[in-house]
Amino acid sequence: MSITQPPADWCEPPHGAEKMWIGLSLVWCIVLSIAMPYWHLKGKQTSSGEAYKVAPGDFNTRTEKFVQATRTGTMEVTYPNRAPEKVPVCEPAPGSDIYLIGRAWRWYPVLKLKKGVEYRLHVSSLDFQHGLSVQGEQGLNMNFHVLPGYDHVLRITPTTTGEFTIICNEFCGGEHADMRGKIIVE
Amino acid sequence: MENFLPNKMRVCDTTGLPVCLEAERFIKLNAVAAVVSLLIGALAGITVALTRWEVVRFVSDLTYYRVLTFHGLNMLIFWIIFMEIAILYFAGTTLLKSRLASPALAWVGFILMAGGALAVNITILQGKGDVLMTSYPPLAADPVFYGGIVSFAVGTLIAVINFFLCIYIARRDRTYKGSVPLVVFGAIAAAIIAVLTLLHGAAIMVPTFLASLGIGWGSVSDIDPAVYRLVWWGLGHPSQQINVAAHVAVWYLLATLTTGARPLSQSVCRVAFVLYILFINLASAHHLLVDPGVSAEWKMWNTSYALYLAVLASMIHGFTVPASVEIAMRKKGFNEGLFGWLKAAPWKDPGFSAMFLSLFIFGFGGGVTGVTLGTHQINIIAHNTLRIPGHFHMTVAGGTSLAFMGLAYYVVPLIWRREYPVKALCRLQPYIFALGLSMMAIGMVAAGMHGAPRRTPLSGVEGAGPWLALLGIGGVVTFTGVLIFVLTTVVAVFFGKSNKGGPIEGWQDMERMKSNLALITSDWQPSKTGLKAKGTVALVLLFMAWFAVYYFANWKALADVWHVR
Repeated sequence: MSITQPPADWCEPPHGAEKMWIGLSLVWCIVLSIAMPYWHLKGKQTSSGEAYKVAPGDFNTRTEKFVQATRTGTMEVTYPNRAPEKVPVCEPAPGSDIYLIGRAWRWYPVLKLKKGVEYRLHVSSLDFQHGLSVQGEQGLNMNFHVLPGYDHVLRITPTTTGEFTIICNEFCGGEHADMRGKIIVE
Repeated sequence: MENFLPNKMRVCDTTGLPVCLEAERFIKLNAVAAVVSLLIGALAGITVALTRWEVVRFVSDLTYYRVLTFHGLNMLIFWIIFMEIAILYFAGTTLLKSRLASPALAWVGFILMAGGALAVNITILQGKGDVLMTSYPPLAADPVFYGGIVSFAVGTLIAVINFFLCIYIARRDRTYKGSVPLVVFGAIAAAIIAVLTLLHGAAIMVPTFLASLGIGWGSVSDIDPAVYRLVWWGLGHPSQQINVAAHVAVWYLLATLTTGARPLSQSVCRVAFVLYILFINLASAHHLLVDPGVSAEWKMWNTSYALYLAVLASMIHGFTVPASVEIAMRKKGFNEGLFGWLKAAPWKDPGFSAMFLSLFIFGFGGGVTGVTLGTHQINIIAHNTLRIPGHFHMTVAGGTSLAFMGLAYYVVPLIWRREYPVKALCRLQPYIFALGLSMMAIGMVAAGMHGAPRRTPLSGVEGAGPWLALLGIGGVVTFTGVLIFVLTTVVAVFFGKSNKGGPIEGWQDMERMKSNLALITSDWQPSKTGLKAKGTVALVLLFMAWFAVYYFANWKALADVWHVR
């Protein structure tokens, strides 16, 4: 009885269909538990959480150094409510360390990458929390969290080509919806 | 032994249970505050939904963030927690035939909660708290915003302590013998989780409040954002588990009131509640699955064994509630075929339909999406997209809110002793709400699968448009459902036909209600009836198939994205 006191001998094990269902649910939970470590070892996508403490100023300096060394031109990035802006395009060497800054309210710089090559992407914020959300052709949709003070390292290998848009999916103040950037993969 | 003070008790004309008048006052006060929060939260909700509907784009970006902050806090915190406190005061007194432990504490708790809620809402509307519900630093709000939240949390803690005192004096005065009823057990589980949650809340919101005043950390922007997220989610997720424990207790309550059901196995139901207490806190890690600074091993450990043992508990309740209804219906003679009992169930009783629809949306929608989103690697294609609010609208709004609405259809006649007006509309209300909510949530999940971000008025992704329109239209229907609920409830409370001196009119015909009452008051055990819950077995197998398809389809979708380690 759920609203009155149970009988004195209420403690009884499950039986019949209830027992079967608990068993089935438990097996399913074990399947779910195994799936994650399995994919971590065998799958191609996981979030290792690799990160290093970094002062926003230092991260900015590193990124500027990276931009100066790898810049090949500029690109006009358009925003929903703001005038277009010219943003440096960086074409780093395959397999190198690459840098991306999220700050209110733009992603900097534009990265031009090669398909099928692994890069060490360092991403951090100079101000608020941001959401790195890469969107693009063939329904690409990848999301990582970006925190100020943390250099979040993603060993990333683009597997499709085209022009991809980075949007911000963590609220970061007034022009949050305008926070856009680009990744180009050839 | 009775422990009521003189003239502080009445006997319920319907159930024969003693009602402590002091407890009754606080059940009413908290329920009123809950419904007010629900109404203003729903006004904010429809604004948010109409803004996300791209062709409507109802309000400006800044207004959107402000209204979204307001919506989140009023719905997820104020409406739900006020209602839960009302449930605790009910479960801790009437169901144990005991009195409210301390009216003075109840006043202090209520005033702190109501004052805190008011302060937070005013601060948001003044534009001094545009930080969304999570208030992630370095975003900073006015100190009154944090102070209001701390005040609300302290008030809640005091009310929860009062509830534990109720259990204590009931036990001391021997107002009941043996074990507490299952609904009270569920309420105790919710209260224990509430204490854990509120301690985490204190650990993060008190320092943040002090920092906003320039004490301790210096300023809000000096708080380590990773530490804040880790501890804040110790508040943020377990608080939703209070909801689950509370609404599961309400499912059992409504199943009993509307069909005479009783649990198949008391021990199974109780163990399932204990699983919630033990495991949900660690499972909060699933909010940090794509965060920097926490390792893959940490993420997987906390979201596998911990999360899934809590999931197991929900899967158990998801079976036992409908199975207990099925056995009760079969015992009453609706024993035809696989689903004869379901067809004959009291679908016109809003207490029953709300309970059953809540169970359905919570399980098939909220549960399946939640487990999938909370899978470490799958989170890469879901984090902070609209799939997340899609999921939790199905758990919190479709699950908890709908169950609480169903409860209100019994609380108002039993506690206020007034009848609902326009009953035909009330009977329709759970269906309208459930339909709107399902449309809205499906819209969100599908738009999120296209990459549409949450917490952003502009989606900026291709292919999401029609789904965002579904979100908007669903929002309008959901809002209609909420409005019908709030209006009929307010009219019932103030102008409803009094039923003092007699039993409530009820939502079913006399014969049905008599047979329910006979099951409630007589001594029987489902396991000894020889009846089998075959229909429920079919339903849960269907559920399992859907779960597996959705889950593995998401792994497939993940396999198609760029490689990342």
